[in-house]
Amino acid sequence: MSDQPKIQLRGVCKSFGSKVVLDGIDLDVGVGESVVIIGGSGTGKSVMLKSILGLLTPDSGSIKIDGTEVTTLGSADREHITNAFGMLFQGAALFDSLPVWENVSFGLLAEKRCDRSHARDIAIDKLATVGMSADVADLMPAELSGGMQKRVGLARAIATDPDVIFFDEPTTGLDPIMADVINDLIVKVTREMGATALSITHDMASARKIANRIAMLHEGKIIWQGPVAEIDRSANAFVDQFIHGRADGPIQMAVRA
Amino acid sequence: MNPLQTIGRVFLNFLATTGRLVTFMALGLTHAVRPPFYPRIIVRQMIDIGYYSLPVVGLTALFAGMVLALQSYTGFSRFSAEGAIANVVVLSITRELGPVLAGLMVAGRIGASLAAEIGTMRVTEQIDALSTLSTNPMKYLVAPRLIAGITMFPLLVLVADVIGVFGGYLVAVYKLGFNPANYLQNTWNFLTPEDLNSGLVKAAVFGFIVSLMGCYHGYNSRGGAQGVGRATTNAVVSASILILCFDFILTVMFFTK
Repeated sequence: MSDQPKIQLRGVCKSFGSKVVLDGIDLDVGVGESVVIIGGSGTGKSVMLKSILGLLTPDSGSIKIDGTEVTTLGSADREHITNAFGMLFQGAALFDSLPVWENVSFGLLAEKRCDRSHARDIAIDKLATVGMSADVADLMPAELSGGMQKRVGLARAIATDPDVIFFDEPTTGLDPIMADVINDLIVKVTREMGATALSITHDMASARKIANRIAMLHEGKIIWQGPVAEIDRSANAFVDQFIHGRADGPIQMAVRA
Repeated sequence: MNPLQTIGRVFLNFLATTGRLVTFMALGLTHAVRPPFYPRIIVRQMIDIGYYSLPVVGLTALFAGMVLALQSYTGFSRFSAEGAIANVVVLSITRELGPVLAGLMVAGRIGASLAAEIGTMRVTEQIDALSTLSTNPMKYLVAPRLIAGITMFPLLVLVADVIGVFGGYLVAVYKLGFNPANYLQNTWNFLTPEDLNSGLVKAAVFGFIVSLMGCYHGYNSRGGAQGVGRATTNAVVSASILILCFDFILTVMFFTK
């Protein structure tokens, strides 16, 4: 791993009206590292991810990708950085009007990296990587189950061979077996590609499986971070309550408030 | 609450919404004239807005022309001015009823459909997905629809003009006993390029309004199915009101000496 983090956040703040969602986030993600952000619903995980992706602009703070400050970049330079990203959305976010293969190869066609016929071949290859046959290539997203949509979303996320892949609640809404299949696929594709991965989830089984390092977000702040093996002895009451899924504990006060 | 405070808040909200709409419009138009273009999507939208709106526009124009001939006869016969029916029909259809009725009907059909489609894409994160796939959503979603609206509306209105005049002809000849050749000759003699052109310019403006309102309300929809429903209603209502408002403005511009 090089010294310079792939992704570096310093003092990132974001509010919506009077509601403070991110309250000074500091986080480093090393090259080739897989970091998982855990935290309850509404703690700002998705806002943090969208701020890194450039879908939201932070109110203050610094976000660097490969050492380049991205919060102040113009749209063209920003697009250049985003080209190296892949993203698996919580609901897969497949384009309803396009068949599966066009969904998978959308980024390739958008960047004009190849013609449509070659893009279709690549799409079928990527579908095979996530365990799907070529038969689904011409189906529409609405014809697929939730698990299959997630796998197509994963194929789309890796289609352009990105340097960084973001996973937004990759196992939410899936049965435990399909969730494990998705976790295995995430581990497989990130290892094979050597990509840096940043995931957000509140599924601890998923976090333990796909992470090298875990960070916990609570009330807009990273309250603990460390290697996945150390999370069970974090000595942090918030983390302990969250990973054991207990109703009693310090987080309950915030929920009731 | 202080009534002045309420008035102030409503006024500020109005200004903020107008500002957002103007910014959205400027951004959409900029992307519409700057490459890259998406010809496949533009053609698909042209077919959707133009070809598939033909039945509804054609039927509306046909009955509008028929009713116009019938009502004009009722009024004009009192002054023995039945001969002016052909003139009134062609003038009313080309200057006013063609563009306005087509605009209102297509505002219902296309404005609602655009807002629902783009709104659903917003709430299912498909628009965010576009951004992560090196594709500017304004360029991919909004610009093609604006281009299709501006170009297809005048063609639709041209068809509506012909069908509307034909509706008047049917009633005049087969119900009121007019001489077919005289009726057509009167129609042709009275029609000036200015009548036709003003209607077509109005149509282009109305096409722009319908597409813009559909895209704007869809793009900014929030809050799941309810938000999409609200966006759809707002798109149709705002487009209809703006069509009537701009119809007056354009009529003043064209015909007030």
